[in-house]
Amino acid sequence: MTALSVEGLEKTFDVHVLDDTQVVGLDGVSFDVREGEFLAVVGESGSGKSSLLKCLYRTYDPTAGSVRYYGAEDEETVDLASCGDRTVMGLRGDAIGYTSQFLDEIPRVPAVDVVARPLVEQGTPTEAARDRARELLDALSVPEALWDAYPATFSGGERQRVNLAQALAPDPDLLLLDEPTSALDPETRRDAIDLLETSLGDGTTVVGVFHDTDVVAAVADRVVVLDDGALEAVLPVEAFDGEVGR
Amino acid sequence: MTEHTTTESRDESTGGGTAVPTDSVDAALSAVETEGLSGYNYAYLDEHTKREVRRSMLKAVAIPGHQVPYASRPMPLARGWGTGGIQASLSLLGPEDTLKVIDQGADESVNAANIRRLAANTAEVSTTADTTEADLIQSRHRIPEEVLTDDQRLVLQVPITDALRKVDPSDAANRRRHAHENYGKMWVHLYENVVEYGEINIASRYPTMVAGRYLMDPSPIPRWDVPKLDDADHLTILAAGREARIYAVPPHTAVEPLAFEDRAFTVERFAEQECHACGSTDTYLVEVSEEPGSAAGGAGGEGNGGADDDADGFETRYACNDSSFCAKRRGDPDLLKDHHLDRSGVDWGPATPDADGNGGGEA
Amino acid sequence: MTLLEASGVETLYGPGCPDCRDATGDRAGTNQCPHCGTVVACAEADLDVEGGEVLGIVGESGSGKSSLAEALALERDPEATVGGEVSYAGHDGNLLDVDYQTRHDLRTGDISLVHQHVRDGLDLEFTGGGNVAEKLLSAGWRSYEDVRARVRELFEETEIPVARMDDPTRTYSGGMQRRVQIARALATDPDLVVLDEPTTGLDVSVQARVLDTFRRVQREEGVAAIVVSHDLGVVRLLADRTLVMRHGRIVESGLTDRVMEDPHHEYTQTLINSVL
Repeated sequence: MTALSVEGLEKTFDVHVLDDTQVVGLDGVSFDVREGEFLAVVGESGSGKSSLLKCLYRTYDPTAGSVRYYGAEDEETVDLASCGDRTVMGLRGDAIGYTSQFLDEIPRVPAVDVVARPLVEQGTPTEAARDRARELLDALSVPEALWDAYPATFSGGERQRVNLAQALAPDPDLLLLDEPTSALDPETRRDAIDLLETSLGDGTTVVGVFHDTDVVAAVADRVVVLDDGALEAVLPVEAFDGEVGR
Repeated sequence: MTEHTTTESRDESTGGGTAVPTDSVDAALSAVETEGLSGYNYAYLDEHTKREVRRSMLKAVAIPGHQVPYASRPMPLARGWGTGGIQASLSLLGPEDTLKVIDQGADESVNAANIRRLAANTAEVSTTADTTEADLIQSRHRIPEEVLTDDQRLVLQVPITDALRKVDPSDAANRRRHAHENYGKMWVHLYENVVEYGEINIASRYPTMVAGRYLMDPSPIPRWDVPKLDDADHLTILAAGREARIYAVPPHTAVEPLAFEDRAFTVERFAEQECHACGSTDTYLVEVSEEPGSAAGGAGGEGNGGADDDADGFETRYACNDSSFCAKRRGDPDLLKDHHLDRSGVDWGPATPDADGNGGGEA
Repeated sequence: MTLLEASGVETLYGPGCPDCRDATGDRAGTNQCPHCGTVVACAEADLDVEGGEVLGIVGESGSGKSSLAEALALERDPEATVGGEVSYAGHDGNLLDVDYQTRHDLRTGDISLVHQHVRDGLDLEFTGGGNVAEKLLSAGWRSYEDVRARVRELFEETEIPVARMDDPTRTYSGGMQRRVQIARALATDPDLVVLDEPTTGLDVSVQARVLDTFRRVQREEGVAAIVVSHDLGVVRLLADRTLVMRHGRIVESGLTDRVMEDPHHEYTQTLINSVL
């Protein structure tokens, strides 16, 4: 079953503040994502990995192309590249999750509430959401002493774990991950990957950008290789040698 | 209301004034008393002024509780001493009328006596202390204990016209609130009152809704008297001289003191007290401080409260505030407040709980 | 479900002339009509808000964002000429044409405004609880205990110490006063709250907590909001969708993260770059 079908996706930025320079972010990218699959997006810095994820999440407005999202069986197909803002908002609420490498924290909100927030916003009672948040923080080895502390005071790795916990909390159907493990030490990264694998056992589709090829090798089913905004290859993970770009 | 002028003619040669002999102060005073009012119109005010005041009263009757402006005139007493009330009274009085004037329940107070004398001298009305005999009653701070009838008019002197001024000094803003029946701020005042005292603790000028529309300051009558305005047989005119506003409660108009469903409006309580002179337990009582053995009777002044016996030998006791009704009760302790009416059961005013905690006269 | 829909909303200060709209706006580079001197504070504003949704309006001072928000919150400036059409769920006719009584009823029930200046929204001599109670009492609540319980609940919800409930509002800190405004705005369970510069004058850390409180309560209660701010951070934190205004016109609108990260209009790009 196809979960997501990307076709001819283009993104061009008109940078008015730089004398109307046109910057190409994505140049006609096409690939399919299967339901429950873990798809890794790799490529050199500036190859369009983040742009791709942001186009899928509609943080960027794609310039051309389509992103068909099949969702649940009896739902209608949605073109994420062109559907209305309210459709996107509805999908973001429960079907599609996104997390960047940086935690968008709010000063003086404790970690447990940062993680619980997306659940609360979905309508989960606050205490139930906090329970789930504590489970996730525990699974990601965030020390219990920090749960009620403010993430602004955390180390980079701790913040990233809070960030990841927040992304996993609502249990979305499609999860878009943008380098969520880049700041983690090898041991914590292992925990994170374990958690991703266990929590993703139940049919979550993931499109993720990962900095480390060992993570890609550990979690991905297939690999999308980008080069200068264009699709270079879609490979099974076994065929991926860790080399990106030529 | 007969309109005519006094018959004494002016001394033309002195340009309207009267030469006053200056031999002695007594001579000067007697000259003023005999001649000073000559030349004035009937009932002191000129006919156009009285007509304007009556028009304002008619408008006030037409819009119960709404403050109607009028051209308050200078009067021979200082503003704040009942100039609004006296203008209203003088505009209504005719020579056939009988006038009663009370100040805090007492007919004998200096201010009441002065107002009464002005009316008697200029409007040739007869005066009385008996509530049931009066056609018009001008009052400061009280409504008589005896039930007023549909033949009677009550004029209340008003120092502050707008109940909302307590919560906002801006009259312009308050006029807008009245226009739109927007009384939220007054309700907050009541709310904070309950927060502070556990009940609504407003001694006088109790904010009151008239005909379900306008919030009214009923003048500084005690809470005791406020229910008497509800569905009353008589017309009440409230007049302010300094602020030049008149408002009215027409007969049989709904008058409802603001209160919460679970913090009801209550009147003053005089638990286990009775008037030391007449023994009444169903009248508004005040503490009076008197020399032991001095003449009993209703009193106008506020008591000084506290101990029963002051250090200087004065005694503090409770007495009826309505002195004329107290005098009647002394002759007939069972006299009802509605004794003069054909109908029964229209006894008004709250009843003071007796010593057993039971209600008094009212059903 | 569309809660509020506005089209062609405009607020003019001045006599107005037939050329006012063409001669002002983003392209003209001014909000003042060169022919008649009228200031077109905002014009040609089309927007809609769905139930539970938060709409941000950003722009520099003088861009017309507050004028637009005030028109939508039924706040009237007697100096201004307001035009256009605003429809509101469950209400017939144009919201901009309603009489005082309807406006008052809507403002005490359905649509709340949190003023930029605390003094415009609160009576500082009243207690904090009294200020919140006023909204309930104006809406016809007449049980003291019910009012008391609801005020206490709102204090807890907006994280104001309940022990301070009966203290005069002037003794509250700026952040607490802002919370009282929010508690008051939410008192009668409105469908829509309009916040005009909700963090003006607050320390950064206090700002964040006030905004977080509002956001939590807003989500829990499912109340829609229009948030006006010159501070992109405020809008980024609260708003699902954002309008960018300049010279009295909406120059760009979209999902908040899209507007922030992929701004299309030149002015938005400048605005974003000047912050980041």
